[in-house]
Amino acid sequence: MEKFIWAFIIGGSICVIGQILMDKFKLTPAHTMCTLVVTGSILGGFGLYDKLIKFAGAGASVPISSFGNQLVKGALQEAQQTGIIGVLTGIFEITSAGISAAIIFGFLSALLFRPKG
Amino acid sequence: MLQGHQSWVFENKPVIIGSAAIGGPFEAQGNFAADFDLLHDDLWLGQESYEKAEKKLLEQACETAIKKAGVKKEDIQFFMSGDLINQIISSSFTARTLGIPYVGIYGACSSSMEGLALASLMVDSRFATLALAGTSSHNAAAEKQYRYPTEYGAQKPPTAQWTVTGAGAGVVAQLGDGPKVTSATIGRVVDMGISDPFNMGSAMAPAAVDTIEAHFRDLNVSAADYDFIATGDLGRVGHIIARDLLKKHGIDIPEEKLTDCGMLIYKDTQPVFAGGSGCACAATTTYGHFLNRMRRGELKKILVVATGALLSPMSYQQKETIPCVAHAVSIER
Repeated sequence: MEKFIWAFIIGGSICVIGQILMDKFKLTPAHTMCTLVVTGSILGGFGLYDKLIKFAGAGASVPISSFGNQLVKGALQEAQQTGIIGVLTGIFEITSAGISAAIIFGFLSALLFRPKG
Repeated sequence: MLQGHQSWVFENKPVIIGSAAIGGPFEAQGNFAADFDLLHDDLWLGQESYEKAEKKLLEQACETAIKKAGVKKEDIQFFMSGDLINQIISSSFTARTLGIPYVGIYGACSSSMEGLALASLMVDSRFATLALAGTSSHNAAAEKQYRYPTEYGAQKPPTAQWTVTGAGAGVVAQLGDGPKVTSATIGRVVDMGISDPFNMGSAMAPAAVDTIEAHFRDLNVSAADYDFIATGDLGRVGHIIARDLLKKHGIDIPEEKLTDCGMLIYKDTQPVFAGGSGCACAATTTYGHFLNRMRRGELKKILVVATGALLSPMSYQQKETIPCVAHAVSIER
């Protein structure tokens, strides 16, 4: 039960930070998203984000900051195995599922609905 | 005739012999559904794009107004129109359809009264016997151009406003039956340094106050001379600011006499944030609801102060502040 509470608190806090960036610092939604992704990747680079996931579970792995963490994680893993070029080949290693899903489901819904806004 | 610094008094009292308001699905659920000549249940109006839909709205408003005026479009000398789409294509493309000599104007959401003031000026000075003023806006087309594409799902703050989907048009004549345009005040551009495109009501309020002040000063009138003064699209946020500013400037307008088309057009239950906005907000409310009430004899004299935020998507991306303008037209039975 405690696990769920921490997931809620940590996940909610990340969202609150995003909301403050938009409302108080007048960041656009795109800037807010990028800030969270970059923050996640920096924390990931120092090995801190995985600790946060271990602690808060989905509360840390679902928000967009987790995406930044996974970009860095994939790049570092691949770099360890294949050398420095792995930074380039590995960056989408872990995140490819998310990116592919976005493209494929985006395409499918565009077929079904009128996508022009 | 020029009176004071920036106001015109129309001595020959040009008459609005026909007017029309066209609306979309959201306006059909609003307060003034009965005052629209035509309401569409489809935001696309059966067109391929929202821009084409907006052009259709304006075409229908102009055609309906001409029909209700009982004149032929060939008899109208000039057509004055403006809208929010880049390079005012809704207006220009409608002018192509109508084939009436055309003066394209841009005053953002103040275009409705800017057009009516100019059309009245032409008719009053005998430079035209019949002139047509119109304007339009489309919620989805405006969102796409000024903010984010709707499917992006960007959050909006409570100060944001809802662009009215619709169009309004009026035929102004030298003679005939109908409400008369008696004076107009052309506003200065006022910029109080607000740069948030989701808070246009606050940006526009000082411009509305400036024009109301100029109108009262130039014509030596007060709120007592009008049934009410309606600003264009300040919304609930801008309305409160306008009230405070008027008080600060020592202009006394009783609470019930100052209203705003953006607050009136939608029901409180509709999710429109701070209220309605867009060229069609003041246009459909005036050419539909207000003029209908005037024709029924419920109103004697009103002042419509259409407010416009003169920003462009480029200017706000470059972090410029939002200059605003307001034009006032007084209409009398």
